Amino acid sequence: MKALLLLEDGTVFEGEGFGAKSEAFGEVVFNTSMTGYQEIITDPSYKGQIVTMTYPLIGNYGVNEEDIESCRPWLEGFVVKELSSISSNWRCTMSLDEYLKKYNILGIQGIDTRALTRHLRLEGAMQGVISTKDFDQESLLKKLKAAPRLVGVDLVKEVTCKKAYDWTQYARRNTRDARRFRVVVLDCGVKFNILRHLSRAGCKVKVMPAATSAAEILKLNPDGLLLSNGPGDPEAVTYVIETTRKLLGKLPIFGICLGHQMLGLALGSKTYKLKFGHHGGNHPVKDLKTGRVAITAQNHGFNLDMKSISDKNVAITHMNLYDNTAEGLEHKKLRLFSLQYHPEAGPGPHDAQYLFEKFVNLISATKTKR
Amino acid sequence: MPKRSDIKKILIIGSGPIIIGQACEFDYSGTQACKALREEGLKVILVNSNPATIMTDPEMADRTYIEPITVEMLENIIQKERPDALLPTLGGQTALNLSIQLAEKGILDKYKVRMIGADRKAIKKAEDRKLFKKAMQKIGLDLPKSGLAYNMHQARKISRKISFPLIIRPSFTLGGTGGGIAYNKEQFEQLAQRGLSSSMISEILIEESVIGWKEFELEVMRDKKDNVVVICSIENFDPMGVHTGDSVTVAPAQTLTDREYQKMRDAAIACIREIGVETGGSNIQFAINPDNGRMVIIEMNPRVSRSSALASKATGFPIAKIAAKLAIGYTLDELPNDITKETPASFEPTIDYCVVKIPRFAFEKFPAADSTLTIQMKSVGEVMAIGRTFKEALQKGIRGLEIKRDGLGGIKYKDKQELEEKLKNPNAERLFYLYEAIKENYSLDKLYQLTKIDRWFLQNLKEIVDFEAKISEENILQAKQMGFSDRQIAAILNSDEDKVRQLRKQKGIEAVYKLVDTCAAEFGAFTPYYYSTYETPFKAAPLAGQAGHRPQATAEDETRRTGKKKIMILGGGPNRIGQGIEFDYCCVHAAFALKELGYETIMVNSNPETVSTDYDTSDKLYFEPLTKEDVLNIIDKENPEGVIVQLGGQTPLNLALALEKAGVKIIGTSADAIDRAEDRKRFAELVDKLGLIQPPNGTAVTVEQAKAIAKKIGYPVLVRPSYVLGGRAMEIVYDHSSLEHYIRSAAWASSERPVLVDKFIEDAIEVDVDMLADGETFVIGGIMEHIEEAGVHSGDAAMVLPTHTLSKEAIDKIREYSHCLAKELNVVGLMNVQYALKNGTVYILEVNPRASRTVPFVSKAIGVPLAKLAAKVMAGIKLKDLGFTKEIVPKYISVKESVLPFIKFPGIDITLGPEMKSTGEVMGIDTEFGRAYAKSQLAAYQNLPLAGTVFISVKDKDKKPVIIQVARSLRRLKFELISTVGTARFLGKNKITVRTIRRVSEGRPNLLDLIKEGKIHLIINTSSGKIPRQDEIKIRSSAIARGIAVVTTLPGADACVAGIKALLEHKLKAKPIQEYHKKVTSNQI
Repeated sequence: MKALLLLEDGTVFEGEGFGAKSEAFGEVVFNTSMTGYQEIITDPSYKGQIVTMTYPLIGNYGVNEEDIESCRPWLEGFVVKELSSISSNWRCTMSLDEYLKKYNILGIQGIDTRALTRHLRLEGAMQGVISTKDFDQESLLKKLKAAPRLVGVDLVKEVTCKKAYDWTQYARRNTRDARRFRVVVLDCGVKFNILRHLSRAGCKVKVMPAATSAAEILKLNPDGLLLSNGPGDPEAVTYVIETTRKLLGKLPIFGICLGHQMLGLALGSKTYKLKFGHHGGNHPVKDLKTGRVAITAQNHGFNLDMKSISDKNVAITHMNLYDNTAEGLEHKKLRLFSLQYHPEAGPGPHDAQYLFEKFVNLISATKTKR
Repeated sequence: MPKRSDIKKILIIGSGPIIIGQACEFDYSGTQACKALREEGLKVILVNSNPATIMTDPEMADRTYIEPITVEMLENIIQKERPDALLPTLGGQTALNLSIQLAEKGILDKYKVRMIGADRKAIKKAEDRKLFKKAMQKIGLDLPKSGLAYNMHQARKISRKISFPLIIRPSFTLGGTGGGIAYNKEQFEQLAQRGLSSSMISEILIEESVIGWKEFELEVMRDKKDNVVVICSIENFDPMGVHTGDSVTVAPAQTLTDREYQKMRDAAIACIREIGVETGGSNIQFAINPDNGRMVIIEMNPRVSRSSALASKATGFPIAKIAAKLAIGYTLDELPNDITKETPASFEPTIDYCVVKIPRFAFEKFPAADSTLTIQMKSVGEVMAIGRTFKEALQKGIRGLEIKRDGLGGIKYKDKQELEEKLKNPNAERLFYLYEAIKENYSLDKLYQLTKIDRWFLQNLKEIVDFEAKISEENILQAKQMGFSDRQIAAILNSDEDKVRQLRKQKGIEAVYKLVDTCAAEFGAFTPYYYSTYETPFKAAPLAGQAGHRPQATAEDETRRTGKKKIMILGGGPNRIGQGIEFDYCCVHAAFALKELGYETIMVNSNPETVSTDYDTSDKLYFEPLTKEDVLNIIDKENPEGVIVQLGGQTPLNLALALEKAGVKIIGTSADAIDRAEDRKRFAELVDKLGLIQPPNGTAVTVEQAKAIAKKIGYPVLVRPSYVLGGRAMEIVYDHSSLEHYIRSAAWASSERPVLVDKFIEDAIEVDVDMLADGETFVIGGIMEHIEEAGVHSGDAAMVLPTHTLSKEAIDKIREYSHCLAKELNVVGLMNVQYALKNGTVYILEVNPRASRTVPFVSKAIGVPLAKLAAKVMAGIKLKDLGFTKEIVPKYISVKESVLPFIKFPGIDITLGPEMKSTGEVMGIDTEFGRAYAKSQLAAYQNLPLAGTVFISVKDKDKKPVIIQVARSLRRLKFELISTVGTARFLGKNKITVRTIRRVSEGRPNLLDLIKEGKIHLIINTSSGKIPRQDEIKIRSSAIARGIAVVTTLPGADACVAGIKALLEHKLKAKPIQEYHKKVTSNQI
């Protein structure tokens, strides 16, 4: 089945379609992780994006029931060099092709993904369309130009949960200090691994829709708040920024990725769009306090402009050593910290998991003070 | 944390000679380390006995000791040099073992030398099975069930607790030597015994079998601040049970989900921390049960290894270089990633291609050896290939192996039963049998059942098979994307390679080149390290203002052109017996030399173990198979001024004619001159023309022709094919029936490739000459006298430079002949000539107008980098201008000794002959022959005894004055002598006291018993003919297994005695090569 990938600048790749048949629009980005395509596909942060894997051989181990980061795939399209025609792994329950078909997601294979990646690196991430039905480039381009873009669009509302729920799935019994703290997770498109980690660290987790108000959260009297990751332009999610602002100082807050940006924006910062973003599992991030480097999972197209924060109590805590962008902040007084990258991994290295401990310690210290 | 200020002088121990399990990857790592440390202003003291290495070039270290790597010698060096630190992790197992010994003997403490990188405690914890197991259990890692035994009683006890099959692993050995898999009690007895005796500390691990589990390796690095990164993951195609050095391996891991991979990564990081490798790289192996995912840790190497060389080449991350910098105090985030320049080394490379490594074996050299692959490594080299898919990389790798295969198909088998046997029992050709089985419609499940090779790999093989069946002119692009060579496609289309090439070019199907950049294109890459692929064309964006005009679809190519003059150097491909590190050494020198002349240098090679494939050796690196097709594709892109084929051994030389025919300019000696020397008929004409003497000879295709020639010239005759390296299929034949047998089994023989039949000159002295010429000036690099008589392959013979028994007349004749030959062939570059001397006649045996195996040895002996000069000469510079116009005859003695792999192939005969068997070489230098020879023997792990009992048994032909002299000297040195009846009677007659012992066949106690009891310290045993008696083979092989020195030639015995005498008279002293070379210029003649 023939498929086209057309970029908004007119670059055209012809390949073979897999997964669903149809047409899909989104911002084309590349991810450099060599493993973890299933987690990537189910990461709600990819809403609105077409993801290219730089590793050329994808689908090798199929798809299983456990390695999901949300209840379904969210990305708009999936681009690979070669889709494996066999799924080989003892946990595999389905092939990647079947999985994408099931959720009506388009895939394209057989194109030069390295050339595509280089193009995106040099020209920046751009809108694109995958089509298995319209091969007329002019017509496709027209449709592409009309399709919604990322900037200024609130994608969080597409992926957040409809109503609050308690996280009980995958929660391991933690014998050390079972469920000591009650944590609310504001779901901007949360990855299950964040919930798994909170749970493992001894938290009783309640996940709430992104539009939940500060008052509603405070009513539950939680010990801590986690602002989750999520898709799209942070500045468009004004209601979460507002909620966050109201909660500053009221309880310990931990922000991850979009959550980090929410905190930054609530503290008065601005955000800007990166040329092609950070999407991968090998970025070195230095903890500026200890000097130690963690290899981290990254997935963001926007970044906080730390210079725009006037609050002198906000300190940069982490630095991405690839491009020296700030990737962590903490407030000296307000009991909050946040990270631009993904300590929960899934996919990616586990080096930064200590930050969940840090959150729990912050909660614990706060409780003792009270 | 910047570099430590307390270290000014560092001692690095190299890995010594190339042996199975320890090859030129340690020259690569050592060279990188030397460069990295000197860059930081540190003084480097280097010890390595292997002259064929770049690291032992005098300019690589401040003081270079080409001396035996022994505790005594190292103490001598430490005492002289007083280094502040010892870096033990870059010279393989050899350096690690020696460092431990130095520490345990208190030598490091005595001279206040610190071990950096990994200390004694960490090394012990990783290497000592018991400590390792405890450490891993402590951090909660799962291991196979196991127990340690120090004797057979304990071994049996443990074996009863775990079910068969059992794995036996001896502690502290090289490349898994002495290990094995026991499927039953009988095998267990045998293997446990052997393991106990091959372990340095008589310790074996008996382990639950995880045979058939998936096998993985992670390459991990750690710095002082405890930052840890994984450089590369490797998945083995062959599951557990086959040594990773003998497995086809793939990078990155293909069949692990992120969860499984991260779990393994966590385990690896925990492991390196717990073992306590302070800084540097480690290699950690894991096995995973394919049915339930249970992961066990197998072992950890607390040093750089063969796999780290592979990982470096596979990712572009220079592990050894970084390890050296970390050892002196830097942290990963302080070091830049050389490839991107803008990002730090504290990251994990991500790759956007697939890397396949395939081992190369040499079983054709050892027909009696057991060719089943086990946990003891048997391969002698490897090829690495890079492709965008596994299928492409695999097929590129297959043709890169240079085993006369264009692809996977075509291996013969009798019936399905044989086929299944070959699938079940891992062997060097299993991949090819798999291919046939897929063709026979075996299901993946059945194949999996037989091989336990992951279905993902099997499916990919199947896709290759399936596609091969439908290749047509219409789908050539897809065929190329799957890695099919033009030759394979030609065979299918009933065409020929050149026509397919033409056809595909007409269709616009051309190889494109992509960069190895450590980061999957996330950042720009500065180092031009390329691999080829056939990518799918795409249409670029229309140019601004020309929206209507769409450019043609093209495939993206990342090569960069500079406008500089370029020279391309063709490397030697995978190591094999006969073509190894010596040729890589020459290629590296050419790159250095041409860079000095301002050329852009382009290296083409496929061997990941080498210095030549380091991305900073040449200006551009193409990691590609050395076939006509692949080389021409690069030439199409680069269009170099010239191509050098004479430095990489036979591999590039074999391409010379075809390249020239395709219009490529070969620089240096012409392809025609090469052909004149290689082609038997033309060579005879050349010899006649110059009035030289060649042993009488002829060429034959049939048995009758061969017999007729032999009858005319008389037996014994030397028979062989032309155009081979390493004496492949070369034999000395003594009678009609063995001649007939040889011709009948020579399947390769044809009118185009006839059998060469030469008169074999018995008891002649063989001489090797290396020479350098520019068409005007002809300079001899060195004249080397073989210690063994003619008939032993020059690659296996010990050699001495300068000659020590030849008359002036003989040497003069050799000089004259060599000059004549170089002039006549108009040699531009290097030439090697071999002569045999007997009764005043100088016979010319062979001329090779190319770099020879001895070039590095001669260069180190005379202090002149011959290969470097050769490259400059090929680029048109005259020797006169290079200041090398006169032969140098050093006043000191250099001995080259060969290192043989017999210990890895128990039960095979160890005698030397015209077929080369050695894997590596060492050099001994001193002021007197005995001492130089003794050093060479120590360096080659030949334990010359200083006292004890010598067993002498020689064939009747050898019962002559030499052996009397040898025996007499040994008696004078207070050795006891013991002989079988015949030799004893002969020696007795000559008034030498000698004890008689039974032959093995005459009952017990016999010699074998004495060997086992450790009562024999040296064996002098010359073979009794072409087919040696079984008991002789047994004697020699069991002596080798016990580390007893065995000498199989009379001249060898004579040299041995000189060596023993020197050892008894003087303590050997170390002296750096730089000091020897100081005096050398005064030795020009």
